[in-house]
This record gives sequence, C-alpha cells and structure tokens, in this order.
Amino acid sequence: MIELKFRIEGGDFDRAGTASSETKKVLKQLNIDPKVVKRMVVALYEAEVNVAAHAWRGEVTVSVKDHQILAVVKDEGPGIADIGRAMLEGFSTASPKVREMGFGAGMGLPNMKKNADELKVESTPDVGTTVTMIFDF
Amino acid sequence: MKIEKIVQLLDAKILCGHHRIHDEISKAFSSDLMSDVLTLDADNILLVSGLANVQLIRTAEVADIHYLVIVRNKKVTKDIIELATKLNIVLIESPFSMFKASGILFANGLDPLF
Repeated sequence: MIELKFRIEGGDFDRAGTASSETKKVLKQLNIDPKVVKRMVVALYEAEVNVAAHAWRGEVTVSVKDHQILAVVKDEGPGIADIGRAMLEGFSTASPKVREMGFGAGMGLPNMKKNADELKVESTPDVGTTVTMIFDF
Repeated sequence: MKIEKIVQLLDAKILCGHHRIHDEISKAFSSDLMSDVLTLDADNILLVSGLANVQLIRTAEVADIHYLVIVRNKKVTKDIIELATKLNIVLIESPFSMFKASGILFANGLDPLF
C-alpha cells in the first residue's frame, strides 16, 4: 500500500493544488489508467480548493491499495451547515476573493461526486468537514 | 491548428513552451471560471482565459490541458511562468479580448469543445 499525506492552510491559494499535483505524479508512476488519474486529481483539487477557500487548515491522505484509491480530505473549519444544499450545482458561500480566482461557482462538491466512484461528506458546524472519496481502477 | 498559427493570429507572444510550437490542436474552450474548466470531459485542448494566476496553471495541470492563451493583455508574473515551464505547459499571452481571440480562432477553423 502507498500512502501520501499533505497539509493545506486555509487561505493559501498559492499552494492549493500541490497535493493534487504530487498525487498525479505518483499515480502516473504506478501506471494507473490516465482516465482514472484525471478523475481522481480533479476531485482532489476541488477538495483542496474548498479547504483553502473555507477552512482554517486541513490534511489530505491518499492511499492506493488493491485497485482502489482512497482520498480523505479532513479540515478544521466552520463546517457545512447544510450538506444537501452544498451538493446542489450553483450553491456557493464562497467569498468574492475566491470568485475572482475563478472558483466559488458552486460546482466543487457536485464535481467531486461526478468524478469519484464513492463520495461521503461529513461535517460538524464550527469543527470541520471530512470528505472521503473512493476511486476504483 | 498549429500553436505557431495561433500565436500569429492572436498577435501573441509565447511565454514558455517554445519547443511545442509545432504541436497541433483541434478544439478550444474559453473561460474565466476554473470551476467550469474542471468539469470538462476532454484533454489536449486549448484554453483561452483572462485569468493570470497560479490557479489557472494548477487547473490546467489537473485537467490535462497543455496549451493556455491568457487574453486581455493581463500581465503574467514570473512565478506563473516558472510553474507552467515546470509542468511543460505552453503559455501564450495575447492583447485581444476573450471574445475577439475566440472569434478569430473559431473563424480560422479551431472547433469549440461543445
């Protein structure tokens, strides 16, 4: 089994995406189907951007084992008040600063759901959010 | 359409990836919204954008997009060029608006993604 860990700081958009970038390199080295790699890194990048945009800090853990990639993105932050609404395309609570950078269109969680084979979102207000994604290959 | 033709049509300048000017692409997408770019079901396309930030390069990397045109005469900083160079992304800057750049490319045979 291979396990990768990365830290994300809230508000640090310059570094958001480095976990996805490093993960992509490793998955390519493992000769995993490029279509699966793309689905995985797009979903992970969306999750990273969400942490940078909404949370105080977070941690990404990616494990590869037995034809499956597991990604857990756990953050400390304000949490998601209504996960059902957050899953709707177009629903967003992102700041104007985040929108100026090209994000915050309310497509993050729906896009993670589209790309992952399984997605679980757990959140506690004022504590944080954990996004778990599984990708089969 | 070859990258060198795109550069010529858009009165543009290549900031990095000069060695790929003979690469050929057939489809393009124009957007300032990275959230939309991340939902695309295609790779090896040209992305035309007015964003000149690190997020544009990171988005291109994860979406497997290797050719970027930054329009509206946006100033591209050294760190952005360095990241694009490291990721083997062709970065082009054009003084034209997104509408004008997209229109010229479309009129000259570059197909829309959808």
